[in-house]
Amino acid sequence: MKKPNSKIDLTQKVITIKGLTKAFDDYEVLKGVDLDLYKGENLVVLGRSGTGKSVLIKIISGLLRPDSGLVNVLGQDVDKLTPKQLDALRLKIGFSFQNSALYDSMTVKENLEFPLIRHSKEMSARDRDRIIDIVLEAVGLSQTVNQMPSELSGGQRKRIGIARTLILRPEIMLYDEPTAGLDPITSQDINNLINEVQRRFNTSSIIITHDLTCAKAVGDRVVMLLDGQFQRQGTFEEVFDTEDERVKAFYNYNFTE
Amino acid sequence: MDYSNREKDTTRRRKYFLTRRLDRLFLELYQIYAFVSRFFREVFFPPYEWREIIKQCYEVGVKSLPLISITSFIIGIVFTNQSRPSLADFGAASLLPALISVAIVRAMGPLVTAIIASGKVGSSIGAELGSMRVTEQIDAMEVSATNPYKFLVVSRVLATTLMIPALTMYTTLVALLGGYLNVHQNELTTITTFFTQVFEAITFLDIVANTVKSVLFGFTIGMVGCYKGYHSSKGTEGVGKAANSSVVTAMFLIFIEELLTMQIINALRVI
Repeated sequence: MKKPNSKIDLTQKVITIKGLTKAFDDYEVLKGVDLDLYKGENLVVLGRSGTGKSVLIKIISGLLRPDSGLVNVLGQDVDKLTPKQLDALRLKIGFSFQNSALYDSMTVKENLEFPLIRHSKEMSARDRDRIIDIVLEAVGLSQTVNQMPSELSGGQRKRIGIARTLILRPEIMLYDEPTAGLDPITSQDINNLINEVQRRFNTSSIIITHDLTCAKAVGDRVVMLLDGQFQRQGTFEEVFDTEDERVKAFYNYNFTE
Repeated sequence: MDYSNREKDTTRRRKYFLTRRLDRLFLELYQIYAFVSRFFREVFFPPYEWREIIKQCYEVGVKSLPLISITSFIIGIVFTNQSRPSLADFGAASLLPALISVAIVRAMGPLVTAIIASGKVGSSIGAELGSMRVTEQIDAMEVSATNPYKFLVVSRVLATTLMIPALTMYTTLVALLGGYLNVHQNELTTITTFFTQVFEAITFLDIVANTVKSVLFGFTIGMVGCYKGYHSSKGTEGVGKAANSSVVTAMFLIFIEELLTMQIINALRVI
């Protein structure tokens, strides 16, 4: 399934990364990564497991610190922000985790309320309920409002995870393996949801995945992370139009599996 | 754009200040210091997570009551029963209420409560936070600009620090009641006589020491459970380890603290 056209503003970069490196003990995961994300764009980062894709978005959101290099998000150098400034920036970033990371001890409603109560203190309970209804309707799960996360399916958990990030109306969305562990039909629903979020909430997104169907369905641009660096970049077709054996192997494995 | 020909020097090696193991040890010590000192920096300043604090107080205090009640009642009976023959040999069976009082108020009350709580509460805090770490729930709080330390750690440590002294008082009373029932059954002592002897045997310093120790034990149980869970390594194995080491470390520290406070209080008693 091909992605519908997006409204990308090529004059406005929302994320700029230059020469980013990150190592864990002796293992250097990112070896000088350069990246730009434009306003309104869905950028897919492809790569095998353990190549540092998730590390990249954790650095962007300030969960991990880079060893060197520049990470500029919405005009601010993430590594130089004070905790207060970082929190202010994080309100503009939505992070959808691989395993949804829903708070187990809270209902769906309490999960969605959690950031609202803390960051929109003047908001009445009625307004909070209205916003919760809007985001639940956006992810198509209005009926789950009083359920516990353990009562939801994998796909529903992913959707609620996305709804929780949307509740603060972020400008940037970071998706960590949004279709991992889901069946093809549910994966397609999630892909549609990612495109719907981009269209409806006008977000710029980085989607981390190794699922090529997902990459093709949601990506305006695709980059491929190999050996700690972005080796290929372009549209889905451009990235895989190569003689590079590593890239071909990745493509063949995905579509012949 | 094709980046396939780009080459960079990736042979750079990371260096250690001392050795890898020593670096990790010092890093861990620093982490412990930073974790504990952060509590005192955050506990006095808003925002306060009142709902979570009350919920945790309920979890630590009310939900521990059945276990604490049964255990302390049995300890009171058993301790009285075991002490009687030794005192009777010296013809001092009438001193039994005083002996029970001193033993339970000075040492057994706080210690038994702390040991039970570290097994029940400490392990549960370690496992809960460990599981939240492994499933990225703590990261999710952080990226939504919520302070996970304040929400998870401050509330739990406050709950254990406040509730363990209350549970200790309760344990002491229930254990004394167990002791009374045993004494009453064997020596036909009235409740008034029993508790008069109990209160004559202890001093104000004993009550203060009992409270101070239980505050210290409560803080230790909460802090150790939170630290172990918060810094749990990835995977379900890490959650199990966090729960287990929360109990072992807390118990070890509680005995050390008991030893030190006992020395200090004995020194104060002489003054």
